[in-house]
Amino acid sequence: MRKAYFKTNWLAFALVAPQLLIIFVFFYWPSAQAVYWAFTLEQPWGGGNTWVGFQNFQNVLTDAYYWLSVRASVLFAIGSTVLAMGMALILALFADRQLRGYRVWRIAVIWPYAIAAPAVGLSFRFVFNPNAGLFSYINTIFPGLWDPTSTGWQALVMVIIAGAWKLVSYNFIFFLAALQSIPRSLTEAAAMDGARVMRRMWDIQLPLMAPTFFFILVINITDSFTDSFGIVDTLTGGGPARATDLMVYRIYSDGFRGFDYSGAAAQSIILMLLVIALTFVQFRYVERRVHYT
Amino acid sequence: MTQMHVGLLAATVSMFGVAAAAQPVTFEYWYGLTGDLGEAVLATCDRFNASQSDYVITCVGQDSYDAAVQNTIAAFRANQHPTIVQSFDAGTADLMLSGEFYAVHQMMEDYGIEIDWSDYFPGIANYYSSSTGEFFSMPFNSSTPVYYYNVDMLAAAGITEAPLTWEGMEAAFVALKESGQECPMAYAPSTWIDLEQFSMVHNVPVATNNNGYDGLDTELLFNTTLHVRHMENIKRWLDEGMIYLRTAQSGLSARDSFVQGECAIFFSSIADHATVGKIAPEGLAWDVQMIPTYEGFERTNSVVGGASLWVLSGKTEEEYRAAAAYLAFLASTDEQRDWLTVTGYIPVTNSAFETLTAEGFYDEAPFAGREIAIASLTWTEPTELTRGIRLGGFIQIRAEWVAEMEAALSGQKSVQEALDTAAQRGNAILARFAQTYAGQTFP
Repeated sequence: MRKAYFKTNWLAFALVAPQLLIIFVFFYWPSAQAVYWAFTLEQPWGGGNTWVGFQNFQNVLTDAYYWLSVRASVLFAIGSTVLAMGMALILALFADRQLRGYRVWRIAVIWPYAIAAPAVGLSFRFVFNPNAGLFSYINTIFPGLWDPTSTGWQALVMVIIAGAWKLVSYNFIFFLAALQSIPRSLTEAAAMDGARVMRRMWDIQLPLMAPTFFFILVINITDSFTDSFGIVDTLTGGGPARATDLMVYRIYSDGFRGFDYSGAAAQSIILMLLVIALTFVQFRYVERRVHYT
Repeated sequence: MTQMHVGLLAATVSMFGVAAAAQPVTFEYWYGLTGDLGEAVLATCDRFNASQSDYVITCVGQDSYDAAVQNTIAAFRANQHPTIVQSFDAGTADLMLSGEFYAVHQMMEDYGIEIDWSDYFPGIANYYSSSTGEFFSMPFNSSTPVYYYNVDMLAAAGITEAPLTWEGMEAAFVALKESGQECPMAYAPSTWIDLEQFSMVHNVPVATNNNGYDGLDTELLFNTTLHVRHMENIKRWLDEGMIYLRTAQSGLSARDSFVQGECAIFFSSIADHATVGKIAPEGLAWDVQMIPTYEGFERTNSVVGGASLWVLSGKTEEEYRAAAAYLAFLASTDEQRDWLTVTGYIPVTNSAFETLTAEGFYDEAPFAGREIAIASLTWTEPTELTRGIRLGGFIQIRAEWVAEMEAALSGQKSVQEALDTAAQRGNAILARFAQTYAGQTFP
């Protein structure tokens, strides 16, 4: 097979240059800046900085509360990913089965993706409100049982649900597309062989969706580590007693609110390395079990 | 609209080669207040622009105190910063040490504007000025904490005078409970009230070096003072059902709880006086009182909270002249009166307070009661410990206190343990700050 390629390299370079420039300005340059700050103590108003080597990293990594924050982030990532993928899959399977009104549901389920995280946080604040929200019914039956403002694990559950809710619609689009790209002939043939709905789902649809599954898994994990800030900020503010102080929220509160640019930069680097490592692991070990084609 | 008109006119005039001598100097002011208060700030700008033709101020709201300072720092680093920025009390330590500001004291002197600095209440002046008594920034929206109480509920419990001591307060809680009032007080943890102002009125230190004024090698002391006993009491009252936790996160803030008639008492800034007046239902009888002290302690002055206006470096002489004119305009008694009428803040100068009192401003609702805040602020001359608090990384230290108190109040650890941890972590933040500004001291 013959390949088509540009004979002159400068043209190819010129064509990708704008893209590269954008990536450089908006990604590499700020990242390099963050790396530099992570090794210094930066004065916020600009008056210079001092080189401190690994001190910022040492401070962060020897802080017991930082590890609590890592733990909360991991729980959040696992919880919201499992919940979001599970919910989206169920919804997509139903939509794909063309149950009554599926056209309407298909669009309705996509909408939440267009809602900004703080708005999600605010609306869930009403839902989970222990005094007046939907969840206050729990308290009318068992007084004092539901109180995310003073019970750490409940607050974490709350942000997990809100975080998952925001991801469901995104996942749904992909799952539905994957389901619809499975040739009808396969499921119909299975049906003729006597396979019922659940059997067909386990043996045909889910295995064929594996590449999409893998893609969504990577995206969801990354997203829940880096994009959970808006929800935490409006729902809990990191509390109670640091129970929902996720890594990315800590970066915000130390860096932006507390003017500790260097400490926040060091934490960003750690978070970046963690996300890279996780993605690597997923590609190395999970992808092996995925069959494309 | 008129601003654009003037600009167009000026452009046309200069295009025809005529000297545009009267072209006004424009400058920017970024503020953090929002909602009604933000509107009130904009109104001061409009009045200033209407009052003269030499300068045009452009006021830009930044949606929060935090954002106003954050955005200003980002803009400053790109040399796109405003001439004036509104900065809240805890956000200024970095700015002070950076030296990237034009002290208002100096500026007013340089541009020949007479300001009687001694007219400012000492509780405000000391907070915003250097060790030699020169003002860094212009006091603007100023407040101090008080507590709000439901007059009818206290009367039903047989209390005719709002208590001034914590012992009296505890007796009031018991009496309220006995009178059938389920929730005597709505409580939300607040470093500003429970720690900072509490320490001020009791004349006990928050940190060494006279609360950080005398150097950067400061250590926190709040885990060793009367503050511990107070927080232990708060915890006990919560456990006994005397006070209820009411925070914005739980969906019902302490203020809402009070206004809706659920709880009889809540603590807040005097700035809430206007809001409570606005949202209180018809017939809710309420009043305010100074924050209590413990028996056996001489009450001292509380200090100012809120924000002040900073003039930043790197601007032209023209812009500074304009900024000076605006700040002088804000300091006038008439302008203070307008500002206080629409907000719950307090006057910042003695003369403005006296003029307002003489006019009967504080005699009737909705303004009656706000003079309590002035009484609290001016109770004594500030001592070494009640000038204010000057700590680097103060926002993070406050956050440590809040997180630890949340742990203590929900029973995860004792109050003493929580405060020890908060102080220890706060000390690490202070050491880090001192290292960032090695060899420097607060001006």
